[in-house]
Amino acid sequence: MQSVGNNIAVCYNKKMQIIELRNVSYEYPIDSENGIMALDNVSLSIEEGQFVVLCGANGSGKSTLAKLLNGLILPTKGSVFVYGANTVTQDDSDIYKIRSKVGMVFQNPDNQMIASIIEDDIAFGPENLGVPREEIIKRVEWALSVVGMSAMRKHTPFKLSGGQKQRIAIAAVLAMRPSVLVFDESTAMLDPKGRAEVMQVIHSLNKEQNITVIHITHHMEECIGADRVIVMKEGRLVFDDKPEVLFRQYDFAKDCKLELPVIAYITHLLGQRGIVMPEVQTEEEFAEALCRLL
Amino acid sequence: MPIVVKNLSFTYMEKSPYEKKALDDVSIQIDEGEFLAVIGHTGSGKSTFIQHLNGLIKLKNGNIKVFDIDLNAKKPDLRRLRCEVGMVFQYPEYQLFDETVAKDVGFGPRNMKLSTEEVDRRVRKAIELVGLDYDEVAERSPFELSGGQKRRVAIAGVIAMEPKVLVLDEPIAGLDPRGKNEIMKLIIRLKNTISPTIIMVSHDMDNVARYATRVAVFENAKLLYSLPPDELFANSGELSRIGLDVPVAVKLANALRAKGVDIKSAITPESLVEEILRVKGGNNA
Amino acid sequence: MLRDVTFGQYYPTNSPIHRLDSRAKLIFAVLYITVLFMTYSFAGYAACALFVVMLAVISKIPIKTLLKSVKTVMFLVIFVSVINILFYNGNNLLWGWWKIQIYADGLIFASKMALRLILLVLGPAILTFTTTPMELTDGIESLMSPLKVLKFPVHDVAIIMSIALRMIPALMEETDKIVMAQKARGADFDSGNVFRRAKALIPVLIPLFVGAFRRADELALALDARCYNATPNRTRYKILRFKWADFIATLVFLAFATVLLLDKYLIGMDNLIWGLFQ
Repeated sequence: MQSVGNNIAVCYNKKMQIIELRNVSYEYPIDSENGIMALDNVSLSIEEGQFVVLCGANGSGKSTLAKLLNGLILPTKGSVFVYGANTVTQDDSDIYKIRSKVGMVFQNPDNQMIASIIEDDIAFGPENLGVPREEIIKRVEWALSVVGMSAMRKHTPFKLSGGQKQRIAIAAVLAMRPSVLVFDESTAMLDPKGRAEVMQVIHSLNKEQNITVIHITHHMEECIGADRVIVMKEGRLVFDDKPEVLFRQYDFAKDCKLELPVIAYITHLLGQRGIVMPEVQTEEEFAEALCRLL
Repeated sequence: MPIVVKNLSFTYMEKSPYEKKALDDVSIQIDEGEFLAVIGHTGSGKSTFIQHLNGLIKLKNGNIKVFDIDLNAKKPDLRRLRCEVGMVFQYPEYQLFDETVAKDVGFGPRNMKLSTEEVDRRVRKAIELVGLDYDEVAERSPFELSGGQKRRVAIAGVIAMEPKVLVLDEPIAGLDPRGKNEIMKLIIRLKNTISPTIIMVSHDMDNVARYATRVAVFENAKLLYSLPPDELFANSGELSRIGLDVPVAVKLANALRAKGVDIKSAITPESLVEEILRVKGGNNA
Repeated sequence: MLRDVTFGQYYPTNSPIHRLDSRAKLIFAVLYITVLFMTYSFAGYAACALFVVMLAVISKIPIKTLLKSVKTVMFLVIFVSVINILFYNGNNLLWGWWKIQIYADGLIFASKMALRLILLVLGPAILTFTTTPMELTDGIESLMSPLKVLKFPVHDVAIIMSIALRMIPALMEETDKIVMAQKARGADFDSGNVFRRAKALIPVLIPLFVGAFRRADELALALDARCYNATPNRTRYKILRFKWADFIATLVFLAFATVLLLDKYLIGMDNLIWGLFQ
């Protein structure tokens, strides 16, 4: 079991719900009377150890949802619970406990780094939390080794590639020892090589460190290997199932302004021509299934 | 008239500890009407290459001739060069600066010292070409627009100079799928109307396979290949060796071939489906 | 090209000077400047120069690299010297024409001013060559910590400094890109008078500011997400420790300062040397 702060109630279900949203709405204020409804009555729960991909067109509410998960913004209606604790807290120290449990990595790695030396940047989070120095030293070493950047610890991040910078940003959040990591379009600005590096790290965090992952992305290829895909449209959840199920719903995905992986598009084209493929995710699976049909 | 590049080399921060060779003996001819895709890893030299094409980097080694403008001349006519070769940088929306969309789009034409009427005509035409409603956006601040709209305005700012060659550095980076499709369609529209020659740096191999007439592959400052996409991707092993992606259709075709299915080369989803149907028809016959 | 400019000129060689406590080095820098301002003799300046060169040698910084840091103030040095040579009134007129009179005293004064300015840059340059920006901000934070009693937000100031230092290379790169993009649209930064050129910079400055604000927004979120201000009892990863080496360095430095002050108040080397020549 994960240990959390004393004043946070822990629910001891078999499959623990780490995050729960109950009827959450969020309205961005424009002026005192009007606002823009970014999230509309969303209910959702995420279980420990899941790999969840969250997608949807720009303006569908994905990023708003992400920021609600660790109290960077608070719902205008409904409640968000992290380990059973409401993000609307009475005591300031509770919100920091939630934020250290639900870490967040953003889009532009250049805008997340605070220090000019990598190891100092990794230490920043634990320092803020008042972690004892001996423990910080261990965490810095551990976090850098998990993302495979130990050799660079004394360097400045400026000369690194995008993928390397983003791995540093992940390590910096990891050093707070979160149970959940939210990636808010963290692969959007990377080239294919950097994206592959970062995706590999994210998958290893989920598998080897047992970290629950919520990955927000436009690249539908990144759904491959996820436990669950959630699709948002105009502030609502419109899909919540396995990726291969979504890959079969070509017209629905198009309606949600998603671009399915090329494999899904080819499957769709084959279907139109009378070759009905089973649900597949990878190229290997595709080739195998098609061979059986030919 | 073509763009001719011969034995182009370039080194950053020469004779310093940070010295880096960015281009090494690159030669290529780009003809009018081509859609040249430029691919390669970050740092392979492709950005340095395209920046040479409109004189943003001073030519040091080699020869470049853009149409009749010789960049080896003592004082090459950079002003005219920049009108002929339009350059859309990565994340071009980050260069918007003027009070209104119309003024921002007019920046290039004004620098060309065109008459006010001509500037206005071009601004209107460019804004409409990129698919925005002139009357709706012209007087608005560019900073109020959505991300995709901003990018269109930025592209309009280059289009308004009516370049014969349009160079785009990763024009779809950071957009959502719908935005990507729209920008790709826009590029095709521009090729058919204003700029018959397109040079596009891209990491998206599926788009490269679909639209490019030729692909230039950069690796370690060298121009490795310059081939039509079907010929290039037929040799997918070589691309994988240097760590570059290939279109998904090519990967699937390879996977099927490995299982003994007689698939001929296919680089787009549509051509792959046709191939699969041909094989199936043959099996059933 | 802008990216050629070195900012945050840390020169990593891991010398004993590099390993000194940044607070010690900061205090030395302040003392050095004070001593320099109290010194008016060539002998004193020679001692300062010797000291700086010695430090450079110990910290394995090539003298050429060190001298490059003077380049930025060279204009000021020349300007001040010329003004002093032309307009100093004193004894020993050397040469005069119309209203311009050059005195030997003026020459001496001007060269002293120039030396002082150059030494003023060189000393602290050693500090920035041998200390990372992070160590510097940590040192400044630690030295300012008594101000916490007065409710001065010492840590926040240190974080602001640290972020500012970190952002400089990114902003330089961005400037470079925007300049290129506007050049591609026919912008001309290199011709016309001062006003025209200043106006030509608007298409660069505005995107730069907009970009800085966009970055600031994201950075604020990232600071929140990493629990900035979670507890007043913030811990530290890097601890500044005053070691033996720092103690010895302090003694050496005090000896140096003493020599200079002795020269000023007791010996007067300049006059002694002057006397030998006459």
